[in-house]
Amino acid sequence: MGNKQTIFTDEQLDAYQVRLVCVFYSRLHGRYHELAPHLVPMDYTNEPHCKLPLALIVNMPELKENPFRNRIVESFSEDGMGNLSFNEFVDMFSVLSEMAPRELKAIYAFKIYDFNVDNYLCKEDLEKTLNKLTKEELTPEEVQLVCEKAIEEADLDGDNKLSFADFENMITRAPDFLSTFHIRI
Amino acid sequence: MKTRTRHRGKEGERRRPAKGRKPPGGKLLRTRVMRRVKKSQTKGKKEAERHPKRRKRSRIRRRREETVKGKKGRVKLFPFSSSSSSSEGDEDSLSEGEIAALKEQVEEKKKLIATLRNKPWRMKRRLVMLKEAQEFVEKFEGALGKGKGRKLYAYKVMMTKKLIKFKRDFENFKTACIPWERKIKEVESHFGSSVASYFIFLRWMYGLNLVLFGFMFGLVVLPEVLMGLPYGSIARKTVPRAEQDSAMDFSVLFDFGGYCKYSFLFYGYYNNERTIGLLQFRLPLSYLLVGVGIFGYSLMVVIRTMARNANEGGDGGDEGEFTFSWKMFTSWDYLIGNPETADNKYASITTSFKESIVDEQENQKDENIHLRRFLRVLANVMILCCLGGSGYLIYFVVKRSQEFAEMDNDDLSWFEKNEVEFVMSLLGLVCPPLFETIAELEDYHPRIALKWQLGRIFALFLGNLYTFLFALFDEVTAKLEREKSIKNATEWALNQYYANYSSFYNTTNVPPPDVHPSDVVRGPCWETGVGIEFVKLIVSDVQVSYLTILIGDFARAVIVRFLNYCWCWDLEAGFPSYGEFDISGNVLGLVFNQGMIWMGAFYAPGLVGLNVLRLLTSMYYQCWAVMACNVPHERVFKASRSNNFYMGLLLLVLFLSLLPVVYTIMTLPPSFDCGPFSGQEKMYDVVMETIDQDLPAFIGNIFTYATNPGLIMPAVLLMVLAIYYLNTVSKGYQQANLDLKRKMQMARDEEKNRRNNKDSTNEVMKDLEDLLPNKSLIPPPIEEEPPPVEKNSKSTKTKPGSAGKGVNLQKEVSLAAPNPRGPVTRAPGARGRPPGNPRGPQPGPGRSRGRGAPPRY
Repeated sequence: MGNKQTIFTDEQLDAYQVRLVCVFYSRLHGRYHELAPHLVPMDYTNEPHCKLPLALIVNMPELKENPFRNRIVESFSEDGMGNLSFNEFVDMFSVLSEMAPRELKAIYAFKIYDFNVDNYLCKEDLEKTLNKLTKEELTPEEVQLVCEKAIEEADLDGDNKLSFADFENMITRAPDFLSTFHIRI
Repeated sequence: MKTRTRHRGKEGERRRPAKGRKPPGGKLLRTRVMRRVKKSQTKGKKEAERHPKRRKRSRIRRRREETVKGKKGRVKLFPFSSSSSSSEGDEDSLSEGEIAALKEQVEEKKKLIATLRNKPWRMKRRLVMLKEAQEFVEKFEGALGKGKGRKLYAYKVMMTKKLIKFKRDFENFKTACIPWERKIKEVESHFGSSVASYFIFLRWMYGLNLVLFGFMFGLVVLPEVLMGLPYGSIARKTVPRAEQDSAMDFSVLFDFGGYCKYSFLFYGYYNNERTIGLLQFRLPLSYLLVGVGIFGYSLMVVIRTMARNANEGGDGGDEGEFTFSWKMFTSWDYLIGNPETADNKYASITTSFKESIVDEQENQKDENIHLRRFLRVLANVMILCCLGGSGYLIYFVVKRSQEFAEMDNDDLSWFEKNEVEFVMSLLGLVCPPLFETIAELEDYHPRIALKWQLGRIFALFLGNLYTFLFALFDEVTAKLEREKSIKNATEWALNQYYANYSSFYNTTNVPPPDVHPSDVVRGPCWETGVGIEFVKLIVSDVQVSYLTILIGDFARAVIVRFLNYCWCWDLEAGFPSYGEFDISGNVLGLVFNQGMIWMGAFYAPGLVGLNVLRLLTSMYYQCWAVMACNVPHERVFKASRSNNFYMGLLLLVLFLSLLPVVYTIMTLPPSFDCGPFSGQEKMYDVVMETIDQDLPAFIGNIFTYATNPGLIMPAVLLMVLAIYYLNTVSKGYQQANLDLKRKMQMARDEEKNRRNNKDSTNEVMKDLEDLLPNKSLIPPPIEEEPPPVEKNSKSTKTKPGSAGKGVNLQKEVSLAAPNPRGPVTRAPGARGRPPGNPRGPQPGPGRSRGRGAPPRY
């Protein structure tokens, strides 16, 4: 608890509503700081505006092996380019934590898999997802088949792409979604 | 189209603000704090005074001042609290109604905070709402008292976290305790679940054998070794003098002769003393019970596993409605941070996709059903011919070998001597590939094809078993003949000796003849002979299978890999290529091996230990071989989740191996001079003896009654009835299960259809509304109207496959009043999406009920 006072003011913590998870916060801040020690100040009491670029964050060991790492970082950054402020950084790991509710996770999962940011998972998105998952081991025909089947299964409104409602309906019934869509830090 | 774009715009608007929100973890905790704290509300507001935050305290004070000022403000804030009576100036005595109203409002705000995170609002709005709600809650929670619970709550949260972590670690530990789990997972990720199912079966078999080994060693071998007579004390535990010179030779030991034959590995070594050692351990009884108990235990375990697997259910195949999308969106584990694990995960995801693709392709296959049926019948006829032919061949060869056995050994050529083995191995070599080729005709799904293949090779191998048992029984009867003569001879000699001794020394107190144990004349001891046959068979089986892997897989892989640099054609892609893992052969090998163990364990207690070793090495060896030298199957297919087909084969083999053992126990007389049952008429006499001598008389009586046919017949009848009843019940459940499944599917389709055809049903409503004299009867949801495009397609009434009540109804209605909505003069812009419906753009009613029909745009 002593640690937090040096980094955040009381007001800030109050605003963050994190009195109970300040340990988590300082740890996250530590991680954030060590990504770029020269950019990120240790002292966060006066809310400095600094952002870390995607390339730095993607190299965290937690994300390094993830095929969707770029998409994860991009969907949590406000500018969509992958630059994360500390707030967004915290946001990312809290959404991916065990505590986050299923609905929230579903929203962000949707954003992550939505490669072209058109708020629909269309066929191209699915193809990209699939190719990332399988390291492009499948033949184009197989990819085609899988994407068609996936859309057919989950598409409720018949527009041949998945809206968030379709996605949510599908993902909330998935048995392992909660267990796989989280990162421990 | 217009509506859709507009809708998309709206969507975008709604989603964007989700970025850069405040951390939800904290909020979640917060709300919990509040919920927790709410309980202590009634403790009074004094708590609030102690609150550390100055800011907050001032706020509270302000609030209180408001309260003090008079009822007006209060009434405005708490509309239900008008009944408050004596709260003037006294903060500590808020009336019940006030508190209730306050609670309600606080609860509302808290709910807002809790759900805020899930509301796809713009960031600013979200922040504002959050702030308002938080301030309100802080104020009144503070006013109502809290703070004391905080520390406790913090402590509780910490403990919950610790507990979660502990549970996780415990789960990890449990997984780590499953033997070879990682190896199998690795194989599965590269070769698919079908190959992994073999290894899982192997592991299960290892577990079973370990238990059998425990029984055998704990109850039979160890007592005899520890408490029985040592080696060399009696004839059955001594190598005969004629064999002693060569008893330690490797070639003899390798054939399990010499010292091996007279060791605890085999039946003959065990003494027939009723009780041994200090513990008065009844070894013969224990031997018989363990020998039979092994079968009982195996039967029980196999059947229980089958039942459990059947419960877990699934024939592989269908996994529900979202196979592909679940695989796509939830199969990557975001926790993976290790490059090696990641590689395995990539492989396993690819494999699982391939498995599902094979299933899907199989579903989509639509071809000439008559041709397919004809080909299947043809293939089955051909395979039946093959099986019949090889069966006859085996029968013929066995018969011939019996004739040869009666002839002089020197007249026979080498081929004639080994004819049976030769034919058997030839059949084993030729038939499986032949069956596989014929099975191509059938064009089954690979999973079903594997089952057929297994069944057919199983039938072929039964011939193997038959010849083996046939030969064995011939040998046993021959040995029994020899034994009878030797027994008579020894008895005669012994009588002679007694007569001579008593007449010579003129005494009736004759000491037993003083012969060295290795010089005693002994019978052939057919049980040990049988045991040796089984052990030899197992050992040669191990040798053959290991060599096959070494040559057929490893050497082949090495050659293909390295000769490829200097060869005229591409070895890897062309002819020899790398080997595939032969699932059916390996599974059947395992099943028949286990059958041999079950049959042989009674005659060779050491066999179980040998088998445990074999399975252990086999696990490592085959895992290595498959990872190092094999390539995945061309069509990786998903194994059925239950290994029940393998289990069924195992059960069949278990039953088949039970028969000869029980037959020998019940009918053949045991050898007179070796083994725990020597001197008995039948092996099971030890049980009778124990009942007669060691148990109280009434148990013997009970036993006599129980074995009475009058009692057994009704018992059997009862059992048959019970089986019949249970069978009926289970069939009923199955039917119910099927019905429920169908209902679920229907409900799903219905839902999908409803969503798709929402417009069309509402269309009907619209038409009805227009027909009604008073339009106000219809509730507002009528606002929903289809996009203009759909209307056009609808009016043409050419919806292919648009089934269902809604549409039919619409047809009737529109027949009654053809296009009554023609003159509707509403602005097309107003026919947008209903404000409260976030379900994406809704297409026209033309979407068919079934899955997969293309949308009609």
